[in-house]
Amino acid sequence: MNALLQISGVSKRFGKLVALDDVSVEVGTGSITAIIGPNGAGKSSLFNTVTGVYRPDGGEIRFDGSRIDGLPTWKIARAGIARTFQNIRLFRFLSATDNLMAGAHARLRAGIVGAFLHTPPERREEKALRERARQMLAFAGLENVAGADAGSLPYGSQRRLEIARALMSEPKLLLLDEPAAGMNPVEKTALANWLREIRDRGTTLALIEHDMALVMQSCERITVLDHGERIAEGTPAEIRANERVIEAYLGAPA
Amino acid sequence: MTRAQKVGLLALVAVLLLWPAFGASDATVSVLADAGIFVVLALGLNVVVGFAGLLDLGYAAFFAIGAYTYGMLASPQFGLHLPFWVLLLVGGTLAALFGLLLGAPTLRLHGDYLAIVTLGFGEIVPQVFQNLTKWTGGPNGIGGLDFPSFFGGSFGLRALPYYYVTLAVIALTILGVRNLRASRLGRSWAAIREDELAARHMGIDTTRAKLSAFAIGASFSGVAGVIYAAKLSLVSPELFQFQVSVLIVSMLVLGGMGNIFGVIVGSLLLSLVNFVVLPQANGIANALHIHVDFGAYHFFLYGAILIGIMLFRPAGLFPDRRRKEELHHATVVAEP
Repeated sequence: MNALLQISGVSKRFGKLVALDDVSVEVGTGSITAIIGPNGAGKSSLFNTVTGVYRPDGGEIRFDGSRIDGLPTWKIARAGIARTFQNIRLFRFLSATDNLMAGAHARLRAGIVGAFLHTPPERREEKALRERARQMLAFAGLENVAGADAGSLPYGSQRRLEIARALMSEPKLLLLDEPAAGMNPVEKTALANWLREIRDRGTTLALIEHDMALVMQSCERITVLDHGERIAEGTPAEIRANERVIEAYLGAPA
Repeated sequence: MTRAQKVGLLALVAVLLLWPAFGASDATVSVLADAGIFVVLALGLNVVVGFAGLLDLGYAAFFAIGAYTYGMLASPQFGLHLPFWVLLLVGGTLAALFGLLLGAPTLRLHGDYLAIVTLGFGEIVPQVFQNLTKWTGGPNGIGGLDFPSFFGGSFGLRALPYYYVTLAVIALTILGVRNLRASRLGRSWAAIREDELAARHMGIDTTRAKLSAFAIGASFSGVAGVIYAAKLSLVSPELFQFQVSVLIVSMLVLGGMGNIFGVIVGSLLLSLVNFVVLPQANGIANALHIHVDFGAYHFFLYGAILIGIMLFRPAGLFPDRRRKEELHHATVVAEP
């Protein structure tokens, strides 16, 4: 299996705090990969390093064959990595549709002149975009809230809208930071099915998640972090049986 | 637009075009042309402050750059007499370039810090024009600027041609800013205003988007400056002091930041106060033998208006829906 995302020996320190210590993770093309670990293990830091929010202190990150570490976030996004956030970061006061349209920014061409003059190519692009946003809302099961402010939606819908917004950029890789947080069991099952559907449409997924049922059920590979270090990697069955993982979650035997 | 709105708009345009023909005095037309120039300024600043959320307290600097462009290139100063219509574009372009120049070092700044730097820029520009005596005529400025002409007919000293030019520029400005707002660029400004980090994750080059806002906003100010200079047939540094920037910001606050209609109303109202009420207040007071110089109370008046607005309509007379909710959110939830 060739890796779409290859994180090799990445470190990130904040003063004396080591957020990531020589972490290596591979995300195979077309897979659903989970990154798990106790709170403070460095999972979100890892995502933030991949998307260029943090600049790694060491190591390298390759995406689709090219180095992306050190690039600004917007370039990484344009290269084909989209993400959601642990604490939902929708544009709260824009409508669901406008959120999706903003999400497609990287795939649009219109520049200042087109925008200012509302030229025919710009018009066509906007019209096609509006139609795509409508389809995406339907794909996310949110067609009834197209005009509602994103911030006014129920929590589960906000999570789905954030994923839909990320998909609008037609990413090769989608990073999900605790997508099931705050969802009820029914919503979680629907989410798991939806994620597989997204993967089957050709987007590779990597997710941080605490809900083990969801992880074991949906993911093919799992990487476990603890205290900024990778302590295990493998299939769900391997991880379930791994002693270091059990120790990290439950504490060392007395 | 509905049919009724279209008819209403056409009627409004017809009234604006035709009323001066019915015996309006030159002074009245002149005041309206000045008010129109401030409508353009307010709409331009609205791109920076209302759309992109970047507080700019030095906006009058670009107004000055536009005005001095005309002053230096269409006057006896250097013996250059470039046509008004060309200089409209040159003034707008130069102002846009200076917008980039101001924008570049401020991109990492937010809110108060950004406001301070723009304020400094607004102070520097008139100072430079004041001190480059050799080119700009120093504190006296440059007088005797060329009268623009249109197909051979000179504008002369009448206010009417300037009124029409200003109307045309307002119409183009409204179209332009409406288009911008609904465009890819306008969405990226809204995204940056709401969540800059998330915006970057959408592939938005926030640096470029902010610089575009500064440059576009400044260009309107530059065009307004060219018209203003031509109309006065004069430029001098004291026309572009800090209080002009404050006046334009006050127009946005009064009308409702981000809302195009609100900004127009706000700028017309404050122009009314500035060009009509205050000058006449002095006349009335003098007639009553009360010797108060109301002109000296400009700032007091803006202050009172701003405080009143903050107390009773914090999002302006015609709030932009999104901006209103953002403001409400910011005051209710302490954001990290």
